[in-house]
Amino acid sequence: MRGFLSWNVLSGILNTMIGLATPFLYAALGETFAQSSGVVNLGVDGIMLLSAFAAFYVALTTLSLALGLLAAALVGLAMGLIMSFVSVTLKAEQGVSGIGLYMFGLGMSSLLFKVLIGTVKTVEGFKPIAIPFLSKIPFVGPILFHNDILTYGAFLLVPASWWVLEKTSLGLKIKAVGQNPAAADSVGIGVGRVRYLSVCIGAVLAGVAGASLSIAQLNLFQDNLTAGQGFIAVALVYFGGWRPVGVLAGALLFSVANSFQLWIQVLGVKIPSSVAVMLPYLLTILALTVTANRARQPAALNKPFERGES
Amino acid sequence: MRVKSILVAAAFAAALAASAAAAPIKIAVIMPSATTDAAFSQSMFGALLAIQKAQGGESAIVIKYTENMFNVPDAAAAIRDYASSGFDIVIAHGSQYGSSIQEIAKDFPKVTFAWGTDVNTYGLPNVYAYTAAAEQGGYVNGVLAAKLTKSKKIGVTGPIEVGDAKTYIDGFVQGVASVDKSITVSKTWTGSFSDVALMAAAAKTHIASGADELTGSSQSVVGSIGAAKDSGGVLWFGTQADQASLAPALVVASQVYDWTGMLKDILAKRKTGVLGGVAYTLTLVNGGLKIAYNPLYKLAAAVKAAGDAAATGIAKGTIKVNP
Repeated sequence: MRGFLSWNVLSGILNTMIGLATPFLYAALGETFAQSSGVVNLGVDGIMLLSAFAAFYVALTTLSLALGLLAAALVGLAMGLIMSFVSVTLKAEQGVSGIGLYMFGLGMSSLLFKVLIGTVKTVEGFKPIAIPFLSKIPFVGPILFHNDILTYGAFLLVPASWWVLEKTSLGLKIKAVGQNPAAADSVGIGVGRVRYLSVCIGAVLAGVAGASLSIAQLNLFQDNLTAGQGFIAVALVYFGGWRPVGVLAGALLFSVANSFQLWIQVLGVKIPSSVAVMLPYLLTILALTVTANRARQPAALNKPFERGES
Repeated sequence: MRVKSILVAAAFAAALAASAAAAPIKIAVIMPSATTDAAFSQSMFGALLAIQKAQGGESAIVIKYTENMFNVPDAAAAIRDYASSGFDIVIAHGSQYGSSIQEIAKDFPKVTFAWGTDVNTYGLPNVYAYTAAAEQGGYVNGVLAAKLTKSKKIGVTGPIEVGDAKTYIDGFVQGVASVDKSITVSKTWTGSFSDVALMAAAAKTHIASGADELTGSSQSVVGSIGAAKDSGGVLWFGTQADQASLAPALVVASQVYDWTGMLKDILAKRKTGVLGGVAYTLTLVNGGLKIAYNPLYKLAAAVKAAGDAAATGIAKGTIKVNP
């Protein structure tokens, strides 16, 4: 374990953590909006997949990363509207419709990849940007201030989400329809409208999460690129107690554990690899068990709103 | 009148026989990942297409495939569906499908089944098994890597410590050690055949620890190759398929699985009524394994000669590689 005491290894662990946490932050913060309004969207992974493909394909064909990012956001928005229509307007069971959306995203991204691209290709993704002065700070500078624009965006999204949810009238409306939609409705808040908006915010951010994989971190697309990250993002919302700062803590914990287990293997620590790869999941379950706080869960989570029903 | 009836019946039977003779062979393949994975599944799908082209196109061989069958029960259902819907040969391209083949093949004695990577035909007359001696190409790649490394640190990214992913890496480590025992080869296993992001993170971890060369196995290594590419100068050694197109400046060589010889043999045997019972192993000797040097990477002649010498030594049996 002495190998872990070097600055090189510590900075490596934290650097990898920042990269791994980025897609989780976008997807989980977005899902926080959706769930705060009372809608569980289990289709996050499917949205990430189709958006990751859209971002990659547009970037590949137009050579514009900005257009790729826009395409991912638009695909996310479209899938958010589908989810909203099914779960809010049609009042379908949210878990089932979310799984349906996931399967649609998984299958459609695979089909489009095969038809439009056909084989694994790469693009020049977003490059790291060094923030003047700050990136020169010893140790923390290169870790925190030498990243691509989507990584900066993910971390800035944490205070932005907190501000929207806690300090704006929109945030109050979102939480009101998530806690007591009948009461919100009685004071003139459009429950359906707010839920549509919240789900769509979440879906657009899930789309950006997908883009962060395909045009910033990996710079390629392959079938099932996300490998279930969207589902982990949904779990992180519960872990974080529906609070942006809690989501940040969860994303960092899961990512640092993953980064740590990779370094364990690289440094040749005598632990079976199967045990090492379990570490992030074990830690997360443990932390979830210790910190679980259902008191903060939106009371109307997973419940369709019908005017006249309490 | 009676003679006329006999003639008509004979003509009808002849026409039926002719149409049966002209009927294409129907092959179905079930794969754990996509046909475009630049690795394991692509190697089989590419071989099937090559065989189809060589033997007269779709009029001679019909190919159907089901990909992304990570879920074994789904794969088992697909295997049974193909077998029951008139396919002559059903290939289950994944070592996780063995128990499904063992169970299903008994119900379809006229269908040929092939599965791998493994060598177990379960004693069934209609089951072929196949595998690749991946350690052989791994050894050659290891020799090349040892000759080229400057930092004397090499990173290996693998999925799960089983099958040809493990034997390739075992061979690679032996190849490196045969040149220079002081070189450190660090291994990481992600626990997944499909997690590209974690594979990329593993590769970045190796690079951060000082590795100037990487290798690895499974369809998720595209993440590792991407990380090598982003780093600017980290070399890559491929396996399963020719991965040069993913990073033309950085891929030195790839061990390529060529299943065409095995497939030709299975087709030829089927024509003689042999439906299974043979286990194939791709090797450098039988041409099932090939070392594809990347023409766009300027490999020093002496290094290539060392790689070729290793391949020759393995083929002649003067170099023993333990899987």
